[in-house]
Amino acid sequence: MKPILLKNARIVDPSRNIDEVGHVIIAEGKILAAGNEVRNQGMPDEADIINLKGKAIFPGLVDARVFVGEPGAEHRETIASASYAAATGGITSFIMMPDTQPVIDNVALVEFVLQTAKEAALVNIYPTASLTSGMNGKQITEFGLLKEVGAIALSEGKKTIHNANLMRLAMTYARDFDMPIIHETQDAELSAHGVMNAGLMASWLGLSGIPREAEVIPLERDLRLATLTGAQYHASQISTAMSVQAIGYAKEKTKNVSAGVSINHLTLNENDIGEYRTFFRLSPPLRAEEDRIAMVNALRDGIVDIIVSSHDPQGADTKRLPFSDAQPGATGLETLLAAALRLYHNGLIPLTRLIDSLSTKPAKIFGLDAGTLKPGASADLIIVDLHEPWILKVDRLNSCSKNSPFENIHFQGRVLATMVKGKIVFYSHGLENIKNASLSYKKYQGNKV
Amino acid sequence: MKKRNPFPILPYPHLLGIKDLSKTTILALLDRADATVAFSHKHKKSLLHGKTQVNLFFEASTRTQSSFEIAGKRLGANVINMLIGNSSIKKGETLIDTAITLNAMSPDILVIRHSSAGAAALLAQKVDCSVINAGDGAHEHPTQALLDALTIRRTKGKIENLIVAICGDILHSRVARSNILSLNTLGAQVRIVAPSTLLPTGIEDMSVTVFHSMTKGIQDADVVMMLRLQHERMIQALIPSTREYFHFYGLDREKLKKAKPDCIVMHPGPMNRGVEISSSVADGPQSVIQTQVKMGIAVRMAVMEALLDSQRER
Repeated sequence: MKPILLKNARIVDPSRNIDEVGHVIIAEGKILAAGNEVRNQGMPDEADIINLKGKAIFPGLVDARVFVGEPGAEHRETIASASYAAATGGITSFIMMPDTQPVIDNVALVEFVLQTAKEAALVNIYPTASLTSGMNGKQITEFGLLKEVGAIALSEGKKTIHNANLMRLAMTYARDFDMPIIHETQDAELSAHGVMNAGLMASWLGLSGIPREAEVIPLERDLRLATLTGAQYHASQISTAMSVQAIGYAKEKTKNVSAGVSINHLTLNENDIGEYRTFFRLSPPLRAEEDRIAMVNALRDGIVDIIVSSHDPQGADTKRLPFSDAQPGATGLETLLAAALRLYHNGLIPLTRLIDSLSTKPAKIFGLDAGTLKPGASADLIIVDLHEPWILKVDRLNSCSKNSPFENIHFQGRVLATMVKGKIVFYSHGLENIKNASLSYKKYQGNKV
Repeated sequence: MKKRNPFPILPYPHLLGIKDLSKTTILALLDRADATVAFSHKHKKSLLHGKTQVNLFFEASTRTQSSFEIAGKRLGANVINMLIGNSSIKKGETLIDTAITLNAMSPDILVIRHSSAGAAALLAQKVDCSVINAGDGAHEHPTQALLDALTIRRTKGKIENLIVAICGDILHSRVARSNILSLNTLGAQVRIVAPSTLLPTGIEDMSVTVFHSMTKGIQDADVVMMLRLQHERMIQALIPSTREYFHFYGLDREKLKKAKPDCIVMHPGPMNRGVEISSSVADGPQSVIQTQVKMGIAVRMAVMEALLDSQRER
């Protein structure tokens, strides 16, 4: 395999705090060198050279919250189709939530996901396993064995562990195996029958509200238990200013907690629901503008560590219903970077911090070989035009499901090519030469089903 | 040849909520309904002759459904009541599929009541005919608010600056939301009287004054509008007992003395006698509950006429 030389791009590598114009050299699926100093080095012979003047290179994005329909709901998304959508969106690694049918709660199912990913996926897929057997909230799963076969974290997916003592037990046991716990908190009773953020808007629409307290009460419980047990705890996606406070307070006490926010809660608010638009029905619900601003500030300041897509494919059967009957969830793999770049273009988040929260930081939290352009790292990177304007048409999405809240939205900035382990897995117009540049093009083979 | 109305009352082909209506539009609808009252008890010309009106009631209803049916028939429309109990909806068909199926049969007016907020708006996106919202979840019930406004205007002679106290289960009430919108638009002073557990979040920001004491809330009121305690929607126990509720929030003669002597008492029905209203008040001289029912037919006739006008304009 010939080495590849990517020339004259703006290289952003938060792992080394680099934002400079330079070259990247890739060989044998690894990064040989990346940065400004490469310009003065000797080039490998016979390298394929691609000039990327005016373009940017980031480490590939790492998405820590992705729902896939396989096994059980392959019409919504398969592992293969999710990986294709991820590649299109510049995501080179994602963490798969265990909310499938059946639930990923045992060794065989983790192996199934890894095997399917190996055969069909374009990007790296890291499975999580459920905290409790069948997500029943009663009996913890075999953390140790699950880790041995490749589960990278434990998560109850969309569910919240109700029993505080069980949560304490799970954290205590998970700590022994260095298994992070990814948890989303929403009190089942406080949020019962709620379908959107509690407030004036919900009241006018005649919809039941979910108060912010439903999120922060179990979150505070978890944070105290994490301090008590010393377990590595990651708040899957928070949505309120109160939760930011709780995380900030816990971080003063302990180093083992982290938090994520979905791109939706950074860029949308409850007003987007308008006249009952079900694509904006999410869980946690879209909150008020004050909460959105608090989330952006918390991300900038590092209280919230990472951005997730919360990719949750839903079909017409679950979305073309009255608002309160529709399922929550939105696709996000293909729009994650473009939507996040709004925060950069608006001057709210510096580019290095943005890429850190989308790539370097999640890789660090979950111990993945990703999120960096350091020499010797796996060549997972993306080539981006930071300024190209485009409009999202849902029928162009590569995901099997089209429930994007960004339908017909104007974006600025687009992924031009995605490379995983030195292989190009996605490229768009204008970069056809990247395909010709190397024989390492890996193509989407379609859904297995 | 039919005369074309160059200025249709309703700018839209649907009536989904009071929220979309301006003061001018509401007043024009009330005027038209007012003119209809005199002969709303008999067949009026044949404005809707040859038109098909489908009543699609996913929730049980006696007065609203029959009111729409009578209004349609008096205007000469062919009225079809879909019986949900026997239909494919029971077999799991979604609202949108039902809408698309009905649309293929080319009705002219669809009247829908559904337990989900937003159902009427969803239906309106998928069909080519006019949609009238006859109540969607806890969202809106526009024709009820219009008939209430008409009742007030005919008994009081005006609406502006009247003190209207809306009392009871505001949380679950679409009637309350539509009435708050229409009465505020028409310039009344709207008060809300209810225990806090039966109030939606943010009620203070809905241009109303909130009271938790019935005697204070209806002090000097011109209109007291009682709402039905919606047991069927009470997922949790929001009040401890109906006995306690009646004691503090039920309208009886004693409490009614606090209001103005000529205060009228309204109720959208069906009533829970002895829960939110005593029989002596419901059947008493200040009650205009039967007038409301009568106005209902006139208002619905006016709305359907106005919708067909705006259909012609499209």
